[in-house]
Amino acid sequence: MAKYRIPAVVVRQAQLAPGIFDLRLFAPEIAKEACPGQFVNVWVNDRAKLLPRPISLCGIDRANGVLRLVYRVTGERSGSVEYVSYDRGAEKNEYRITGETTGTEELMTYGRGVRLMVLGPLGNGFPTDLEDCCVIGGGIGIPPLLETLKHLKGNTCAVLGYRNSGMFLNEEFEKAAGRVIIATEDGSFGTKGTVIDALEAEAYVPKAILSCGPKPMLRALKAWAAERDIPLWVSMEERMACGVGACLGCVTESAEADGHSKVKNKRVCKDGPVFRAEEVVL
Amino acid sequence: MDKARKPLEPDLRVSVAGVEFKNPVTVCSGTFGSGMEYSEFIDLSRLGAVTTKGVANVPWAGNPTPRVCEVTGGMLNAIGLQNPGIETFCERDIPFLKQYDTKIIVNVCGHTEEEYLAVVERLRDEPVDLLEINISCPNVKEGGIAFGQDPKAVEAITAAVKKKAKQPVIMKLSPNVTDITETARAAEAGGADALSLINTLTGMKIDINRRTFVLANRTGGMSGPAIKPVAVRMVYQTAQAVGIPIIGMGGIASAEDAVEFILAGATAVAVGTANFVDPYITGEVVDGIRNYMIRYGVSSVRELIGAVH
Repeated sequence: MAKYRIPAVVVRQAQLAPGIFDLRLFAPEIAKEACPGQFVNVWVNDRAKLLPRPISLCGIDRANGVLRLVYRVTGERSGSVEYVSYDRGAEKNEYRITGETTGTEELMTYGRGVRLMVLGPLGNGFPTDLEDCCVIGGGIGIPPLLETLKHLKGNTCAVLGYRNSGMFLNEEFEKAAGRVIIATEDGSFGTKGTVIDALEAEAYVPKAILSCGPKPMLRALKAWAAERDIPLWVSMEERMACGVGACLGCVTESAEADGHSKVKNKRVCKDGPVFRAEEVVL
Repeated sequence: MDKARKPLEPDLRVSVAGVEFKNPVTVCSGTFGSGMEYSEFIDLSRLGAVTTKGVANVPWAGNPTPRVCEVTGGMLNAIGLQNPGIETFCERDIPFLKQYDTKIIVNVCGHTEEEYLAVVERLRDEPVDLLEINISCPNVKEGGIAFGQDPKAVEAITAAVKKKAKQPVIMKLSPNVTDITETARAAEAGGADALSLINTLTGMKIDINRRTFVLANRTGGMSGPAIKPVAVRMVYQTAQAVGIPIIGMGGIASAEDAVEFILAGATAVAVGTANFVDPYITGEVVDGIRNYMIRYGVSSVRELIGAVH
């Protein structure tokens, strides 16, 4: 699978929920090669921000050459970002933030026509030849599961965990999945608690699980799935630099010595981000 | 065609410790693996040399994560010299690199003198061109920097390595010293054939929201364009102080940066963190040096070495 570093063009950008943005990029070379569960490295146009942001693919539109990235803005200002319109041509919007900002604070200001460098597709992606499979996502781990779900066969189910009723993508999951189960930490929508609380409340036992979310969620899910003998794949996150497996910045502890590293470390960017749950120590 | 108008093809060849590079461009150890990951983007035969990730006598697991973070104009890393050990390296990485028409510089790390020497001895009969001895890693407690900050220790480890090594020896120096010319002279006195500088500058980043260190190792080595002026200054000072060739590095992200280092006194240059920013960058640096030479009518890149005045 070829990887490309190309200038992509913002097709549009919108805000889905507080701090959650939906970015469409015209990047046909990458869209042609990409698989669900993979990610891209995105550079903002501030050269003092050297490193790319690794962002998972929420949507791959091969026909139109468009990648969809749904990401969370991190940093001081992310909590106070209100809805703004981004479809005003190639200029940055008036909410441009000055001073020291995070990469995603910069990225969220890019409207239609802005060019930025993207490298991808990166990583291995989810298996999609599974039947009657469930996708389980928590928070900003939810987006890559939307594209993944569209490739699965048979009866599908999505279990989505949010902090509160500030939900995003749930309506699109409703359209794509046979069934959608929602949990919120504060109980403002669906089951109160975690994705596991929701699975138990619905007495639902999937045949296989593809998951992405914060480490505590993946850890709990691994124990839950192991007890029930359910095959589980997890998509991991770690701070990255190169994104291609060279720098060894983003390793995660593996159960066995890894064939490449010869130590119990796998590279999230290259060997992952998706692993069989048994492969990694969570 | 008017032959007289055709510009002369610039001669990019340089010699480092008797080893001829087709051009002065290599990579910084640890930023390029053994080239496998970047061979998808660039033909490694275009590089003067490939410098490998540091290799020890046995596999090292490295530091806990987070191992990397961004800072303005650069990054910090505390990988902790994770490596698969010399046996895997000899079986897998050297044959991989031998497929390409480039020189091989193996970066050697260790906790103790014995560990360095074990690697150096193991490489005696391997088809590698140069050894680069890492006595300047700021991210491992013993070894690495413990050898790199004291001129007496630098001279001793250099002499010990020289005694065992079959290939020419490059000592990689730390910038985390008061006067880099002292450690440079010590390496030369110990018999070093060449010097690499600079390694990373020790730095720290604090997450003010969590009131904690961003890196699990607390400190990390700073690299990237922000450190380039420090590196250029140190290459210049060292070039004035020693007679052995220097491989200059520290924040090189373009051909213009590379030319600066050569003018400061570097015989060859290494591209490091910039590989993470643009995986095609090494090829562009080679092409850009050539273009610079054509623009200024420089027939051999060797004319540029130390040509600042």
